[in-house]
Amino acid sequence: MESILTVNNLKTTFYTSSGTVQAVRGISFEVGKGEIVGIVGESGSGKSVTSMSVLRLLPSTARIDPESTIVFEGTDLTALSMNQLRAIRGQKIAMVFQDPMSSLNPLIRVGKQVEEMLKIHHKELSKQLLREKVLELFRQVRIPEPEKRYNEFPHQFSGGMRQRVMIAMALANKPDLLIADEPTTALDVTIQDQILKQLRTLQRESGASIIFITHDLGVVAELCQRVLVMYGGLIMEEAPIDELFEHPLHPYTLGLLASVPSLHQDKQGRLTSIPGSPPDMTKPPEGCPFAPRCPYARQICAREQPPYVSFGEHRRSMCWLLQPDAPAENNPFRKEAAK
Amino acid sequence: MSKPILEVEHLTQHFKINRKEVVHAVDDVSFTIARGQTLGLVGESGCGKSSCARSIIRIYDPTGGKILLDGEDITHMSQKELQPRRKKMQMIFQDPYASLNARMTVRDIIAEPLLAHHIVKSKEEANDYVYPILERVGLTREHAGRYAHEFSGGQRQRVGIARALVLQPELVICDEPISALDVSIQAQVVNLLRDYQEEKGLAYLFIAHDLSMVRYVSDMVGVMYLGQLVELCGAEEIYSHPLHPYTQGLLASIPVANPKLAREKQTSGIEGDLPSPVNPPSGCRFRTRCPYAKAVCAEVAPCMHEVAPGHSLACHLYD
Repeated sequence: MESILTVNNLKTTFYTSSGTVQAVRGISFEVGKGEIVGIVGESGSGKSVTSMSVLRLLPSTARIDPESTIVFEGTDLTALSMNQLRAIRGQKIAMVFQDPMSSLNPLIRVGKQVEEMLKIHHKELSKQLLREKVLELFRQVRIPEPEKRYNEFPHQFSGGMRQRVMIAMALANKPDLLIADEPTTALDVTIQDQILKQLRTLQRESGASIIFITHDLGVVAELCQRVLVMYGGLIMEEAPIDELFEHPLHPYTLGLLASVPSLHQDKQGRLTSIPGSPPDMTKPPEGCPFAPRCPYARQICAREQPPYVSFGEHRRSMCWLLQPDAPAENNPFRKEAAK
Repeated sequence: MSKPILEVEHLTQHFKINRKEVVHAVDDVSFTIARGQTLGLVGESGCGKSSCARSIIRIYDPTGGKILLDGEDITHMSQKELQPRRKKMQMIFQDPYASLNARMTVRDIIAEPLLAHHIVKSKEEANDYVYPILERVGLTREHAGRYAHEFSGGQRQRVGIARALVLQPELVICDEPISALDVSIQAQVVNLLRDYQEEKGLAYLFIAHDLSMVRYVSDMVGVMYLGQLVELCGAEEIYSHPLHPYTQGLLASIPVANPKLAREKQTSGIEGDLPSPVNPPSGCRFRTRCPYAKAVCAEVAPCMHEVAPGHSLACHLYD
């Protein structure tokens, strides 16, 4: 598959008064044309910083390592000036954020806010045409009574409707890549279900690529074709969607899958949980970031970061248990390690 | 059978927003919780589940109905009369960031209810209670001297749980205790609550919007929609045989953490948005989004009635 975005060795660090936070610590991945890639992880895993780094929507305390490259349609975004980047934001790459409550200006009519997005990149459009385009977008994301809604303010919209407005805004310039950062986390399941359906349809119609960031494995299963599992600023595992759920190849993925209660299985006595809590990224662990919580951890895990073991295209995992010299007992991946 | 720890009868909670308009947050909700049992209350945001909890614990003054705690009517008790009875009923809040005082150490936070109820006379004496409960919720003695900001979300929630449990209550109202936590931490907290229940035999009112978690903690599950209880039955029953169209839609909306099942999923979720609780629809409140709505649904409000032993429902489809 032709790739639209290639991220190479991305490192993003925050320099704050209370120390440096190494939020993203050297990750590489690509997104194919028309592909939906999910990034899963807990809070603090670096998944949002990854997406913000792509469009450089970072606070002034953040630095992207000069060696990192983010190549989008042949151009390295890290080499662009802010002005050049502005031409890409919202035009070729658009973003939808988690909180639809705070992403809209409460004092400006909703229709006008969507219009602005079009105006920035298409100065030639007439007032009449702009309005028509916005109404068309509203219809596309299934906002009922678009003419009436056009003149309303954000507080008159429910959470789900606001998120539809955000999606309409993101789609306004027909982007090639849409980055959605937990777009349904703040919404009820019934509304989440509606929005996910919508995203699937819109993606099919437009052929755009999507990076979908979430902590919810259920959402990933419903929407994405390929998944990156992040933990402690690193990609722990990458896999096509079915493989991740059928043959997870990292203890963290195993733990994550086990702690999701399923409605389709018999009720177990207890939920499996992952003991401990995520690492403090001001002092990231030297070895594998998951080692302190891993039930299979050995001495080497705390000492040294494991290398990736690749199992074909877009299938890799970072775990000492996958090395050929890993012990066979108490090793859930001994079959894979032997190969 | 001994009397239930909590009986809620026709509870109604309205809020005036101006001279004319009233928010119907809770309308005619009835349920009971037996000792040592858990009732899960689920529904979309704005369905009144939190208001219901807050009325029960008398943060609000109920507009109507009755609340019986351990057989005693507390609906209209003054705060002074209520004070000694609060020992029996404690609450765990949703947001572990907002519900702990940032200027108090963990020891002070947990000791406060002990001092308020004159169980101990000094903070020194409180340590005898604080240390064991800290260890019980998976923290250590060393944590007692620290402040809330030094903890992660999951640890803060443990402090909130310790504060609620230190009085050895008979009923704990958990208002979305896990919604703000990461998946791996959610399971830790749910297991903690369940283990403690097995040990001490206390009852929970467990409020959540995550139906799959609710299944794990609850004996009974109540589904609320726009201020009303629409279905109430055993926890397994509601997942295997949901009867109310709203419950069915709600269950169908939950994303399935299994890509193969997700692709095969036939059932569809619920269309549209929650109507305003200021002007709830006439008749059945769910009729505006219900795929099976009939003429009668707009005219007559369905009443909760038992359709099978231990399974109550408010829907005209089953009249």
